[in-house]
Amino acid sequence: MRSIYNYLKDIFQGVWSLLKGLQVTGKYFFSPGKIVTQKYPNNRKDLVMFERFKGEVVMPHNEKNEHKCTGCGICEINCPNGSIEIISKMITTDDGKKKKAIEKHIYRLSMCTFCALCVKTCPSNALAFSQEFEHAVFNRALLIKVLNKPGSQLMKGVEL
Amino acid sequence: MFDFSVVTKWIDTGLHNSMSPFWATVAEMLIIGVAILVFYALIGLFLVYAERKVCAFMQNRLGPNRVGPFGMFQTVADLTKLLFVELVPIKNADKFLFNLAPFIVIIASFMAIGAIPFALGLHAIDLNIGVLYVIAVSAMGVIGILLAGWSSNNKYSLIGAMRSGAQIVSYELSVGLALITIVILAGTMQLSQIVEGQSDGWFIFKGHIPAFIAFVIFLIASTAETNRGPFDLAEAESELTAGYHTEYSGIKFAFFFLAEYMNMFIVAAIAATVFLGGWMPFHIRGWDEFNQVMDYIPTFIWFIGKTFFVVWLMMWFKWTFPRLRIDQLLTLEWKYLLPINLVNVLIMALMVLLGWHF
Repeated sequence: MRSIYNYLKDIFQGVWSLLKGLQVTGKYFFSPGKIVTQKYPNNRKDLVMFERFKGEVVMPHNEKNEHKCTGCGICEINCPNGSIEIISKMITTDDGKKKKAIEKHIYRLSMCTFCALCVKTCPSNALAFSQEFEHAVFNRALLIKVLNKPGSQLMKGVEL
Repeated sequence: MFDFSVVTKWIDTGLHNSMSPFWATVAEMLIIGVAILVFYALIGLFLVYAERKVCAFMQNRLGPNRVGPFGMFQTVADLTKLLFVELVPIKNADKFLFNLAPFIVIIASFMAIGAIPFALGLHAIDLNIGVLYVIAVSAMGVIGILLAGWSSNNKYSLIGAMRSGAQIVSYELSVGLALITIVILAGTMQLSQIVEGQSDGWFIFKGHIPAFIAFVIFLIASTAETNRGPFDLAEAESELTAGYHTEYSGIKFAFFFLAEYMNMFIVAAIAATVFLGGWMPFHIRGWDEFNQVMDYIPTFIWFIGKTFFVVWLMMWFKWTFPRLRIDQLLTLEWKYLLPINLVNVLIMALMVLLGWHF
């Protein structure tokens, strides 16, 4: 008797759970609510990417053309693909000290896997991800980018 | 109700007046063949589009929306592409069976479609054992699937084909018994008479509880029989790449693809004919004015509407439920569906005997 009860219970519980699933998809079918599809090339102008999106590595500069990169080379060491290369130079500061600064922060987009190790390990938060994702170019050389803008300087107070 | 037999009679007499009876019959067969072929292709294309749209709406997406308005020509573009794709010859495959398999699959669904009443008087062949014929013929498709799996000389294909075989052998029983439940109520196997018998209420209402149970079981079992999700073990993309049609390309693959959707249509058409009254408008006994209003809607529209409702139900199942494991599949059939079905047939027989139906 017990087994027959369990058998019937199985059937009704199974049907009940199936109906619950059907209810969810049925509700979506008749009232979809928010459509998640992005009609990409059409909405190109007002397309907003989300903050976590890893488009490409950039070096944010402030309005005085200053960045935070001290040229320590930690990003270069941490990059698993060797897509970052730092060319540094020696400069003399106002009070006559000799200091290391970056000449060029070279970033090879074509070799980057967007693992974010450079951004995470940068001690002075000089690197960040932009939300730019249209990377197609006609020449491979255009994928080698120099992140520091010409004539830019180290921001005051980053290096003590 | 417009009777299509006026049109068919006119064509028939016209042909008989202009040529000998033999050639008239040949010409009629050709006309029907071509008509069904065109219908087949159009419905196949539409169903692929409908499936993608339904699936998209159930997942809060838009679905195809690039080719033509609302992406309506997406499937036409896909088919055109498939026609131009290279047919890759498989080394060590059984060439003859490999090429034969898609045709068997498509011929099986083609033969089944001939026996379906589309509208009043629009019925290619009205066999007196229509239900039995349709079950028998639609089960033949599995031979094509087994041949495809065997001749491809590929493990994935073979496993997929064997699964499909096990599936059909078990679920064919449930399909048959579910239809027998209604055959008991209707008292005939002839599809045209089954439809006539529903002129004062569809069988799903006339037979109430047992008919409804039979309808649900028929839906489950026929979904399994057409190898559609959640019973698509024969394809199982995530386990077997594409199952039995892994090695097929181009138009041969398109045959399998089209046959899958056509089988879905045929199964839905049978469900609509046997349970939901086929082309018969919605009639309630005694409500004569209401019945007359319903008669103004063309019978073909009724048939297509009901069929697409059942197709939509099957798509709903596919995009809701996860795929079953092979042992769960067989458990569902042998431990649940079959016993319920046998008891259901008994109840229906009792009901007909005691006159408890409407």
